[in-house]
Amino acid sequence: MYVLLYTDALIYLLLIAIGVFAVFAARSKPLRVPWLRVFARPVGMVTLVVLLAYTVVGVLDSIHYRPVEATGDGGTRVASEVVSVLDTLARPLIEQNEQTYSAPFALDSYVQQVVTEADGRKVQTYPRLSYAGTRLDETGLTRVEDIARRGLVGAGYGLAAWLLGALALVLTIAAATRGPPQRVARRIAGGRTRLAWRAGLIAALVVSVCVGTLVVLAGDYHVLGTDKVGQDVFYQAVKSIRTGLAIGTLTTLVMLPFALVLGLLAGYFRGWVDDVIQYLYTTLSSIPGVLLIAAAVLMMQVYMANNADAFGTTTERADLRLLFLCLILGITSWTSLCRLLRAETRKLAELDYVAAARGLGSGPGRILARHMLPNVMHIVLIQVVLDFSALVLAEAVLSYIGVGVDPSMNSWGNMINSARLEMAREPIVWWPLFAAFVFMLVLVLAANLFADVVRDAFDPRLRGAEGGEGADANDDSAPLQPAGGAR
Amino acid sequence: MDTRRGDEPVLRVEALSTVLDTPQGPLRAVDDVSFTIAAGETLALLGESGCGKSMTALSLIGLTPAHATRVLDGRVALGGDDLLALSERELRAVRGRRVGMVFQEPMSALNPVLTVGRQLAEALAAHRGLRGRAAREAGLALLDDVGIPDPAERWDTYPHQLSGGLKQRVVIAIALAGEPELLIADEPTTALDVTIQAQILALLARLQRERGMALLLITHDLAVVNEVADRVAVMYAGHLVETADRAALFAAPRHPYTRKLFAALPGAAQRGRRLSIIAGQVPPLTATLPACRFADRCEHAWAACFDTRPAWASDRGAQVRCHLYDTRMAGHPLPAALPSAEPVTTEAAGADAEALLDSRDVAVHFPITRGVLWRTVGHVRAVDGVSLRLARGRTLALVGESGCGKTTLGRALARLLDATAGRADFDGTDLLNLRGRGLRAARRNLQMIFQDPFSSMNPRMLVGEILTEGLIAQHIGRNSADRRRIAAELLADVGLPEGALERYPHEFSGGQRQRICIARALALEPKLLICDEPTSALDVSVQAQVLNLLARLQAERGLAYLFITHDMAVVSYLAHDIAVMYLGRIVESGPAERILRAPKHPYTQALLSATPSVDDAGRRERIRLTGDLPSPANPPSGCHFHPRCPHVMDRCRREDPAARDFGDGHTARCFLY
Repeated sequence: MYVLLYTDALIYLLLIAIGVFAVFAARSKPLRVPWLRVFARPVGMVTLVVLLAYTVVGVLDSIHYRPVEATGDGGTRVASEVVSVLDTLARPLIEQNEQTYSAPFALDSYVQQVVTEADGRKVQTYPRLSYAGTRLDETGLTRVEDIARRGLVGAGYGLAAWLLGALALVLTIAAATRGPPQRVARRIAGGRTRLAWRAGLIAALVVSVCVGTLVVLAGDYHVLGTDKVGQDVFYQAVKSIRTGLAIGTLTTLVMLPFALVLGLLAGYFRGWVDDVIQYLYTTLSSIPGVLLIAAAVLMMQVYMANNADAFGTTTERADLRLLFLCLILGITSWTSLCRLLRAETRKLAELDYVAAARGLGSGPGRILARHMLPNVMHIVLIQVVLDFSALVLAEAVLSYIGVGVDPSMNSWGNMINSARLEMAREPIVWWPLFAAFVFMLVLVLAANLFADVVRDAFDPRLRGAEGGEGADANDDSAPLQPAGGAR
Repeated sequence: MDTRRGDEPVLRVEALSTVLDTPQGPLRAVDDVSFTIAAGETLALLGESGCGKSMTALSLIGLTPAHATRVLDGRVALGGDDLLALSERELRAVRGRRVGMVFQEPMSALNPVLTVGRQLAEALAAHRGLRGRAAREAGLALLDDVGIPDPAERWDTYPHQLSGGLKQRVVIAIALAGEPELLIADEPTTALDVTIQAQILALLARLQRERGMALLLITHDLAVVNEVADRVAVMYAGHLVETADRAALFAAPRHPYTRKLFAALPGAAQRGRRLSIIAGQVPPLTATLPACRFADRCEHAWAACFDTRPAWASDRGAQVRCHLYDTRMAGHPLPAALPSAEPVTTEAAGADAEALLDSRDVAVHFPITRGVLWRTVGHVRAVDGVSLRLARGRTLALVGESGCGKTTLGRALARLLDATAGRADFDGTDLLNLRGRGLRAARRNLQMIFQDPFSSMNPRMLVGEILTEGLIAQHIGRNSADRRRIAAELLADVGLPEGALERYPHEFSGGQRQRICIARALALEPKLLICDEPTSALDVSVQAQVLNLLARLQAERGLAYLFITHDMAVVSYLAHDIAVMYLGRIVESGPAERILRAPKHPYTQALLSATPSVDDAGRRERIRLTGDLPSPANPPSGCHFHPRCPHVMDRCRREDPAARDFGDGHTARCFLY
């Protein structure tokens, strides 16, 4: 039975909005040209591939349903528990729980336990894991050999999938340009295409080989170890992707309208409008954000506890808490962007083109939409991406003090929170923190680099090469790129 | 190129070449440039923007951007040393000590957080090793020398407390601190007003005479060259194309480019005629250029110009780099006289035509507020009771120095600012008291063109969108196809191809942008264009294109122009009537011929006299105004002009003179009459 959670709905909405925007951008030249320039840069293409990989995982984890399971008497019933498509795909990882901590690729537990031997003696030992290297005895391979073999098989799957994808891409391009596929392939291999297909394909190759290898290895090993209660850390890290994406994007979605509308209004109209909006955001930003968030989340928590029957499952409750966290983060975080937009709008409003628009008889709404908004979008873009990383990190901090996402929900914040104790252990348990760190780093880094490329592509001042004016600036100081030759 | 007097010149530049790395490829900013400057001589390096003249100056003293300089070749002999062979450390000892520099923008040349005295003392310490009392004494002497009143009082002031003219004097004083043999002045007066420019040029001339310095003056302004230069080197696209004594050059320019520059200058003599323009624009120096770099734009060019680099040829005391003057190339030197421009046949509407705009006692006061509660403690009287009358189809030039309120007045009349008082009857309605729908409809008849063609168009809109913006706002045109057709017609009218609709403003040069701005204004078919210094940011040859366009549009459409400018050459070329503004008030107004021929008000007389000109063979004796424009927040009592007036009387300090009529609508506010 299909289940639609609140955050799922918002994520779908976001995806639909991006899709509509893509179609719209493809049709209008002033939007298409800079976006094509984004994908002409290798960095743009590579980061896009990485972001897409994350998005696919996030989306798979956002399609929820209640599985139909067999009951004891031969009939079927709908399970009470809500799972996502990702959960179904990763079913073995959920079910193959160990007793407690185990290191990545370990065969034995990380913790000494008292085990009763067959002869009744009790010995302290590192017990064998139930779900790691289960085939070693059958095949007679050593652990390293088995890992290498499985890794190679996984890489082979990844490579095969990539080859299929690459072939499809070449054929699509060949069909679109009506050229022979061989020539298209040669041009891509030589890096002579207009868009950076080669870089994109190399990134896709790396991603698919990694995914293939990890998936096959995860079948019989805990590639990133297990946590305190024996759950697979790799699975937790993957599950956390959705939480990170949701916090990063939905919060922005909540915050943007406030920041944009209020910032533009304050900057353009000045006077009492400016005063009111300034007082509003100065007041709001003087309240410690954590305090506000903690108060709101705790109130929400109490309400949920008192009205437990209003929420069908723990998943739904956790989801509502995530949504609420996004809302409250959004409401507290619009002030800095609003302040920036107000200042920039004030500056822009003084420019001659705004005076010219007023002189032509354009109304304030039109001036704000046509002249102000497009010229502050680069600030919005930069701020949104910086906020994205900051929000992913804020989630970690809030989870640390116990007012973040629901403890039952996987998130990098919760993983880092639990790592607090694990790092203090002797011997140290480093892998949950490491997993959260790597997954977060790759996502935030890709997002930052992508934003840089987008900003460059949309900044008309950086496009001198196409213009007719190159010579105008030569006399004084053309924007000169660093180069090796000096006298 | 021989030096005068035969002695060793202070600076000898031989085959200087500078190539910079840019994202678009190597940029040959300076290519095979040679010249000399003797002691006590002024060489003017003349050229339009983008021709490499500033880069030449920077190359001389090794200040080209270090990370991007690919080639810096040639010989720069200062005294006995080759500057290009010196290390950075040795060069630092040359800069400031032996070569002084003055740049265009006095505000950015001074550090805003250090006092004038401190900055001057620093220069004295670095170059002459003077410290403490000795530095202060030498500094005060320098400030006195550059004509700063009360040097001791100015010693402890910060740059922002000084006016533009005084700041430039401080910059010159700092440049002189090392007692240099050579002073490089890069557009030293471009950012200054006419009366201040006259002061600074006179100062440079005097200092050079007294100290026997060599002066390299870099400028785009032919009139400034005429004012101070001994010799002139004309630069085009990284090449020198002509060098000559000033008199020889102004009597008969030789190179086709120089001739075109002269012909493009507006002035009273060109009145009613089309200005000569140079087709195309200065090519980007990263492009592949023909052997003679002007060949693409030259009407006399033939095949040899594209593949043989022209050699220097002598012609009656001038050196010119053109095949036309090279006997081996069988060229035919051009006649000494410039071809006369073709007249524009249409006559403007008579002065007695019906008034289109009649403003009375317009005032714009900005409150000065202090403290937490925004208490108003005074007013800046930017425009203080101005009455203007502009007839249909005529051009009224509003003339004045910066800070006199002319731009504020223009914006108030265009209703981009709210006037404090007064009325302006435009086509039967009072413009200043319109609101809402009525105002929006009235805007259609009155459009504005701005000074800076770079900030007056939204960089993120296509030209097509920019042009149709007004059409949409005023509900002109049935649908977008209709509006697009109108936009294409407008572009054709200002001489741009239809393909421009799909491009962004930054893809166009300054002159093309200004034409797009004009097309945008024309879209609404206005009756009045308020042009706020529309050509002051443009080069001479580009300015000519825009002025020609404005003249043609006026003839074709019967437009009236309110032309706000400080450039008297432009005024004398196109104005029918003139209103001279000083500190928020009109001091003199009337028909252009009468004011230009016989100005009545002392300020108008000084303004006209201070304007450098290319017409006079000799240099006139000028009326030089002392001091600066007072602050409009605290204007002088009585006649605002009295503190600077050479004819000041007791009465001027007490009473404000009323307008006095001299017939033909010529009025002036002065007690002299």
